[in-house]
Amino acid sequence: MDGDGEPKGATTAVSPPWEELVSAALLGTDRRPAAGTPEELLDTAAIQTVRRRAGLVPASAAGRPPAAPPDPRRAVPRAARRRLAQLLADRSAPAHAGGRRGTAPDLGELLPQWLALANERGMRAPAALLPALLDAARARTDLRPGALTFAGPRGLWLARHNPEWRFALRGASGSTALPDPGDTAGVQRLWQEGLFAERVAVLGAVRAHGPDAARALLAETWSTERAEDRLLFLDSLRDGLSAADEPFLEGALADRSRNVRATAAELLSALPGSALAGRMARRAASCVSLDRTGDGAAIAVEAPHECDAEMQRDGIAPRPPGGRGERSWWLGQLVESAPLDSWPARLGGRTARAVVALPVTDGWGVELHAAWCRAAVRQGNAEWARALLGAPSQPPGEGAGTGSLAERAKLLSILPQEERAEWVARFISAHGLSEAFQLLGVCVVPWAGALGRAVVDALEIARDAGSYPWSFSGVMGLAERCLDPSESPRLEALTAAPPEREGASPGAGSYWAEAFRRLVATLSLRLAMREELDACPPR
Amino acid sequence: MTQQGVRWTAEQVLALAPDDASRKAGSRLGAAGPWSGSGCDGTGAVWGLCAGSGEQPYRTVVDTTGPAFLCGCPSRKFPCKHAVGLLLLWTGGEAAVPEGVAPDWVERWLDARRRGGERGGRDGTGPAGGTGAVADPEAARRRAEKRAGRITSGALELEQRLADLLRGGLAAAERPGYGLWEETAARMVDAQAPGLAARVRELGAIPGSGPGWPARLLEECALLHLLDRAWLGRDVAPAPLAATVRSRVGVPAAPQGPAIRDSWQVIAQYDTADAKLTTRRIWLYGRESGRSALVLDFGAAGRAPSVALPVGLAIDADLTPYPGAGQVRAALGERYGTPVPAGGPPPGTTTAQALERYGRALLDDPWLDACPTTLTEVVPIPPQGDAERWQLADVKGALALPVASGGVGRAGLWKLLAVSGGSPVTVFGECGHRGFTPLAVWSEGATEAVALT
Repeated sequence: MDGDGEPKGATTAVSPPWEELVSAALLGTDRRPAAGTPEELLDTAAIQTVRRRAGLVPASAAGRPPAAPPDPRRAVPRAARRRLAQLLADRSAPAHAGGRRGTAPDLGELLPQWLALANERGMRAPAALLPALLDAARARTDLRPGALTFAGPRGLWLARHNPEWRFALRGASGSTALPDPGDTAGVQRLWQEGLFAERVAVLGAVRAHGPDAARALLAETWSTERAEDRLLFLDSLRDGLSAADEPFLEGALADRSRNVRATAAELLSALPGSALAGRMARRAASCVSLDRTGDGAAIAVEAPHECDAEMQRDGIAPRPPGGRGERSWWLGQLVESAPLDSWPARLGGRTARAVVALPVTDGWGVELHAAWCRAAVRQGNAEWARALLGAPSQPPGEGAGTGSLAERAKLLSILPQEERAEWVARFISAHGLSEAFQLLGVCVVPWAGALGRAVVDALEIARDAGSYPWSFSGVMGLAERCLDPSESPRLEALTAAPPEREGASPGAGSYWAEAFRRLVATLSLRLAMREELDACPPR
Repeated sequence: MTQQGVRWTAEQVLALAPDDASRKAGSRLGAAGPWSGSGCDGTGAVWGLCAGSGEQPYRTVVDTTGPAFLCGCPSRKFPCKHAVGLLLLWTGGEAAVPEGVAPDWVERWLDARRRGGERGGRDGTGPAGGTGAVADPEAARRRAEKRAGRITSGALELEQRLADLLRGGLAAAERPGYGLWEETAARMVDAQAPGLAARVRELGAIPGSGPGWPARLLEECALLHLLDRAWLGRDVAPAPLAATVRSRVGVPAAPQGPAIRDSWQVIAQYDTADAKLTTRRIWLYGRESGRSALVLDFGAAGRAPSVALPVGLAIDADLTPYPGAGQVRAALGERYGTPVPAGGPPPGTTTAQALERYGRALLDDPWLDACPTTLTEVVPIPPQGDAERWQLADVKGALALPVASGGVGRAGLWKLLAVSGGSPVTVFGECGHRGFTPLAVWSEGATEAVALT
């Protein structure tokens, strides 16, 4: 049997008339009387057909694919493997129609978590599930990193055979061939000759291994790189940034490309001891001072009147985006780039908290605080982050610190995990859930006990207030993914439908019961997922 | 591990679900959330209460020895999503569905079912010879004769139509609006020859099947002609061949002969469906007898066939073969005990031996499209360059079988390649003139089959 299903070898030799039979049949015995009557033609064809089939021989094999590289990671326990098959089978299920989701867990949402757990445990994907896994990663970009790590070398091997899975090779082709960071010759070769993605990958790997070696590598070819490449290479210094990088970054401040200059300036300003940070501190200080003319201390702001060449060289963008005044735009950039540690000395030896609490004259407060928020995030300054966050109980938009949820989320992300969870828990206790979504997003999964309890309490309060659960579907969805499964006993009590109360939305109680049942079901599923992955490996 | 203690795998459970929607719905119910009072016992029963949208939870019970299902829900699917969900929960182990004593409502159903089961096969075919239930043999004979007469006139009419087609040329069949096949198939249904009708309908698909269609159409016309002639001459044919001809034409026959009791390994189960009928094919391999057997079951449009066996396990059961030379079809009879894990793959062959066996099988049944085959030490080769077809190549030597196009589907082939990873595997499938249709694969040294369907 060869590729097109036609027999060859013995059969064709023995039965030369087959092709003639076919052409006679195609034209018809009326036009090809030599083939005999239709019955005779069919008789002959029947004999030929059975003979052809009985005489089939194998085809010659095409080139066999090379064997997939071995994957030394351990196998997934049996029950966990089944669970993964289930999660993958469910991923193509249609999105939930309308607002109502029923009581069954949304398995597709648990897939990323399952993959993360398996990857943490250093497990290898079951071969039979690789196609479904690659299909899932193809459809959902958020799954790709976890899915490809899990799929491992055999997943890449498989993806090479199917154009639909080409996405898997894009990110990975570099990393598979990446030399050891200590292999100087290999690193040099790839850095000199590699494709752009491979060079980015090797630079990142060397940087993680030794920051100085990476900078040296970069300096070698810096002057010959294209502007957009310089930008991305420069960005790789963000990881492991230290004072040792300053001279190189100072040099990049004179780069031909404006974007490269801006990135170099941003990196330098994140180094509070750098010369650039010092220059920024002096500029910012000249704009912000203590005003003692009133009853108590206040901060007086005098925004810059011009953006001179020196400022521009240090990365200050002279043109404001539409709708913003030039002077406030320049002020914001100066303060954002100035080391936060320079402010207490400038403002009467006050702590960060006291500085933030000072009133600001002439309505500059919002501008100044926003710039400090950006500085705290850029410099990773937890003390200032705390001061700017303010008290969690404080209503947004009142008192010291920022009221913006986006800024608060960013500030929270630089605080230690426990403190973050504690702060958000207290925020939720004070203000409920309607504004908590963004803040919950920066908390570590699974949620710490106090945070989880605060969320559940707030959900219960929302239910008792008589609203519908889908007003909280965002938080409910997060809770399904992030609550610690050990919270589920506390939730059992909420799964019963409460008696309908006056003033409550019609039917809301049973919808809430349904939502809580789903939450409990999802938590027990997550617990089961974890237990299955920790079970004894199969024989 | 006791026999009763074996819980199925999720794959085995999901294979029972009648369609994709049920699989998904069942998967969602396969978590502890909606279930209460669930349990299982040593006789193979699994039960539980599932909270639905109504006041009362649904009572769901499964007899895994059947398997048979009962659920209080109004679903017309079989098994319903609750039964699938309950079994999935049960696969999770002791924590999810503990061993216990069946409650009354479970016990009542089991008793009724198992008493009924002793009276005879559930599909009504039962072992032939044992029933003797034909009320009036003389009337039955007259009915059979009348039917044979109808088939004979159908066969003659079909011969006429084939002759007309060959006289005018097969090229006519490619013309748009060529409506001969549907009409002819309908005539064959009227003639009570469903086997002929099915073959005629398949002819209709050939002109659209790509390059080389005239040769394929001629082959199938010729074999149809052969079947017509064989029917007309069945009285002078040897008895086994005559039986084969009757079954190919579509005359119903009861399974015959002594039942074969064996530990039947369930190797593959898959459905094919057209507008009117879903056909389920289940391949079994007798661990002791070394026989292969095919159990067929049918469901009317939109309904799943009711027989479902857990792929990957072995069932201790009676199987009664259908008459006919070289027949592998058999009817499932009494089942004993619960399914147990099957060992490794059946013994296999090389690609050349596989084709040789198919060729020999054509002696008994020239209309045979494929026979059950296990290939050992083969490597799947995906299409490369201009080639469109997959291959299964012997690891030693240079020979390969093309994979039948449109057989198991794209997903199954990629699964096959993933399991192999370029190394030799054992593959079970159907081997015939269209190529090899892989249905299950074992990686080297593995005892657990991966279903490709």
